[in-house]
Amino acid sequence: MADDAAHRTLTLQILRYNPQEPDSTPRMQPYQLEEADGMTLFIALNEIREKQDPSLQFDFVCRAGICGSCGMMINGRPGLACRTLTKQLTPETTLAPLPVFELIGDLSVNTGKWMRHMSERLATWVHLKTEEVDLQRIEEGMEPELADQIYLLDRCIECGCCVAACGTARMREDFVGAVGLNRIARFRLDPRDAREDAAYYELIGDDSGVFGCMSLLACHDLCPKDLPLQTQIAFLRRKMVVVGLK
Amino acid sequence: MKIIYTDVLIIGGGLAGLRMAIGAKRRGHEAIILSLVPAKRSHSKAAQGGMQASLGNVIKGQGDNEDVHFEDTVRGSDWGADQQVVRMFVNTAPKAVRELAAWGVPWSRVRKGDREVIINGQKVTITERDAAHGLLAQRDFGGTKKWRTCYVSDGTGHAMITAMADQAIAASIPVHERTEALALIHDGGRCYGAVVRDLITGQLTAYVAKATAIATGGAGCLYRVTTNAVICEGIGHAIALETGVATLGNMEAVQFHPTGIFPAGILVTEGCRGDGGLLKDVDGHRFMPDYEPEKKELASRDVVSRRMEEHLAKGKGAKNRFGEHLWLDITLLGENHIKHNLREVYEICHYFLGVDPVKEWIPVRPAQHYTMGGVRTTPTGESPTLKGLFSAGEAACWDMHGFNRLGGNSVAETVVAGMIVGEFISDFCDRSENNVNIPTALVHGYLEREQAKLTAMLTGRGTEAAMDLRVAMQQIMTAKVGIFRRGADLEQAVDELQALLVRSRNIRVRSRAAGANPELVAAYRTQKMLKLAVTVAYGALVRTESRGAHFREDYPRRNDAEWLKRTLASWTNEQDTLPTLRYETLDVKTMELPPGWRGYGTKDYTDHPDTAARQKEVDALREKLAPAGRFAVQKALLPYEELLPPRFRGPNERIDERF
Repeated sequence: MADDAAHRTLTLQILRYNPQEPDSTPRMQPYQLEEADGMTLFIALNEIREKQDPSLQFDFVCRAGICGSCGMMINGRPGLACRTLTKQLTPETTLAPLPVFELIGDLSVNTGKWMRHMSERLATWVHLKTEEVDLQRIEEGMEPELADQIYLLDRCIECGCCVAACGTARMREDFVGAVGLNRIARFRLDPRDAREDAAYYELIGDDSGVFGCMSLLACHDLCPKDLPLQTQIAFLRRKMVVVGLK
Repeated sequence: MKIIYTDVLIIGGGLAGLRMAIGAKRRGHEAIILSLVPAKRSHSKAAQGGMQASLGNVIKGQGDNEDVHFEDTVRGSDWGADQQVVRMFVNTAPKAVRELAAWGVPWSRVRKGDREVIINGQKVTITERDAAHGLLAQRDFGGTKKWRTCYVSDGTGHAMITAMADQAIAASIPVHERTEALALIHDGGRCYGAVVRDLITGQLTAYVAKATAIATGGAGCLYRVTTNAVICEGIGHAIALETGVATLGNMEAVQFHPTGIFPAGILVTEGCRGDGGLLKDVDGHRFMPDYEPEKKELASRDVVSRRMEEHLAKGKGAKNRFGEHLWLDITLLGENHIKHNLREVYEICHYFLGVDPVKEWIPVRPAQHYTMGGVRTTPTGESPTLKGLFSAGEAACWDMHGFNRLGGNSVAETVVAGMIVGEFISDFCDRSENNVNIPTALVHGYLEREQAKLTAMLTGRGTEAAMDLRVAMQQIMTAKVGIFRRGADLEQAVDELQALLVRSRNIRVRSRAAGANPELVAAYRTQKMLKLAVTVAYGALVRTESRGAHFREDYPRRNDAEWLKRTLASWTNEQDTLPTLRYETLDVKTMELPPGWRGYGTKDYTDHPDTAARQKEVDALREKLAPAGRFAVQKALLPYEELLPPRFRGPNERIDERF
C-alpha cells in the first residue's frame, strides 16, 4: 500500500450546463487537481467545488455506494462516482450527467422524478391481500430461500445507470427500463402481493414494457449492484408471452 | 410569493417522516413530505445490521420479551432515557417489524435445524426450532441480553425504506423532493409551517400546515469524521432551535460507532461483531476481553469506542499512511456468511479499501455515528413549548436513547415513532380548535425575512468563506468534543466555535449561479450548523459528569446525585452566541429500573439519594406481584399503556407466549 511516489495530476473534463441560466450553453470544462491516496470521485469533485469552482453541481448522499445518488457518465460509461477510485482512471477523465433523465445542472439529474413516475405507473408496492394486518400476532412465515431471492432483487438502488445505458430508453421516452422490469420481477416472486400475471401483463405487456427490450443488456453489465437483470428480463418476457397468447 | 396549504407538513423523507405521513393520510389528513433528496436516498437507508424487536424466534432469542428489551435499552442509555417512552417503544417495536413484514420487507428468515455460528471466537452449533421455521430471524448486537436484531442481510435500512417509500407512493403522498426548510413559521406559541427553498430553482415557498413535523435525522456533519451521509447536517435541529421557543434535549450526547472504516469513516455494521467478528490490535491480539470480560466486543457502542481509543493511546494501534487504527477481523465467519449476510460490508471493503474481508482484516477506528439529542418532545412527539410542532426519529428527543443508543434501536425507533407520532398528529388535526387561521402578513413576513438573509449573503459586504468556517468547525468538534472530553478543551472549543459563529454572520457568497447555487446552500447551512455545534460543545462543558457517550476525563464518574437530568437548550436571541441551558430532572422515584451498574463499562458511579429507597420499593413490588405474572408487575411499576395510541396497544404474540 506504500506509494509515496509523486501523485499524478488529474484532469477532469466536466460537462457544464445550468438550465436555470438563460445564457448557459453546454460546454466541457477542464479542472486539474493533484491525486491523493485513496481518492474517489466523491473526494475529487468536492475538492474542485471547494477550491476551484463553487458553482459546480453534482449529487452525493451516502458516499458509500448504497443510495444511488451519484450515477454519472464516467468516461462514457454510467457508474457510481462515490465508489470510483481515481487510481482506476486515466489521467484525463470525462464526466457527464446521465442521459435520459431531466438535467438539473452540470452532473446533477432528476432521477428521483423519473423513478417516482415509474413507481406510480407500475404500482411498485406490495398489493396487500387484506386491508389490515393484526400486528399483535406472529408474522406470516416465508421460506428462507425465497426471502433471500426477493432481497436479491430488492437491492436495486434506483441509481438510473441501467436506464442511461439502455438503447430502448434512448429511443422510447415511456420505456420502464430494467429498473422497472426488475421491480415487477421482484413483486411477482413475493407471495404477499395479491397480483397475478394477468395484472402484470397490463403493466408491462407491451413495447414500453418487457417487449421493448432489445436484449442489448448493457443494463446487466453496468448495474452497480450486480443485479441479475439479464435472467430476470428473459424470464419475465417468457411469462408475459404466456399471458399474451392466452 | 407562493403559499402551499396542507394539513400536515413533514420535513424529512426518511423512515420516520414517511411513516408519520402514511399514518396521517390513513386518518384522512393531507400530508406533504419535504425531502432534500428522493425519499429512498434518505440516510435511513444506510442502516445495515438491523432493527431490534423482541420477537424471540431464534433459539438464542428464546425468552426475549418487552421487559428484556426495556432493561437493555435503559442500561444502554446509562439511565438517561425516559423510561415511559422506552416502554412505549419496546411494546410497539414487534408491531412495527411485523407491519413491515406485511408491507413486503424481505426480512431474513429462520431455517429449522442445526447451524454453525461463531460465538466468542468459537464455532458453535445451535439448533433452531421447527416452530420458528420461516419466521423473522434475529442476530446478536451489542448491549443486548438476547439475539433481538431483525435484519435483511446487511441492507436492512435499504429494504425498509424501499418498502416504506413504496407504501407512501401507494397512498399518493406527495414528496416534494429537493426542497429544504429554512425556517419554521410561528408566532411565539404556535407553529404554522415552514419557509421552504427549492433546491433546483432556488425559489422560496411558504408551506402552511396545521401540524409540522421535523424528521430530518442526525447532525453527523458537525464532525470531520462521521458515518453519516453528507445531508445529515442537523438543519432540522437548527430550525427548531432558531424559533427561540422550541428546545433541543441532550445535544451533548453524541455516539461514536466503533467500526468506521479508516480513514473514510464509512460504516461497517455492528452485525460484523454480532455475528462473531473480533477486534484486534497491531499484534493481532484480541484486546476487548482484557477490558470487558463479560460483553467483550459486544458491550455498548460508547464503551467499545472508548476502549478502542484507550488501546490506541497505549500505542497498540496499527499504522498506515493515514494514521493509526485497529483491525476488525471477520475472516472467521467464512466466505458464504460474509457474501450473504454481510454483502454490503464486502462491497464497501472491496470498493473503498481494496480489501477482501473474507481473507483480510478491515482497518477501523471509531467515527461519529448518531445524535442522541434532538428536538425535545413529549411522549406524543409534540414540542412542549411550541404548539403544532412535532418531531420523530433521530431528529427528536422524546427521549428513548438517553446518553447512548443501542445498535438496532435507531431504525426501530424511526418506524415506531413514526407510527405513534403519526397517530398523535392525526388526533391534533382532528380537533377543530387546531385549524389554522393566520394572517398572510405573518407568512409574508417570514418569506421576506428569509429572502433578505439570502440576498445579504449574495450582495452584502461579507468577507468570510463558508467552507473555511465549516472545516474549522468540524476540526474543533472532532478534536475537542469527541469520545474523550476535557474541561480545558471544551472551554477552548466553546470559545472557538463562538468566534466562528460570529464570523458566519459575515459570510460572502461569491458564486452568482442561478438555481440552488451550491455555495449559497453551504453558506446558510454552515450558519445553522455552527449554532448546533456550540450547543453540543457548551452542553458538554457544563455537564460535569460522565454518562453514556458523554465522557469527561476530568469527571469520569456518572453522577446521579447531581446530573440525573436532561439538558434543554434554547436560542433565545438571534444575536446570542451561546444557547440558554435549562435542566429537566429525571425522577428516580417513578423509575421501573432504578439506576445501577450497566453490566459493562465502569462500575464507578455516584448514586442518587432516592435510588436505594426506590430499588427497595421495586424489589418488594416484584416479589409481591410475581405470581400475577410479568404484565401485572410491569403495570404496577410503571404504567404506560394509556400513553400509546389505542391501535398500538396490547401484547405481542411469540412462539412461547400465546394469548
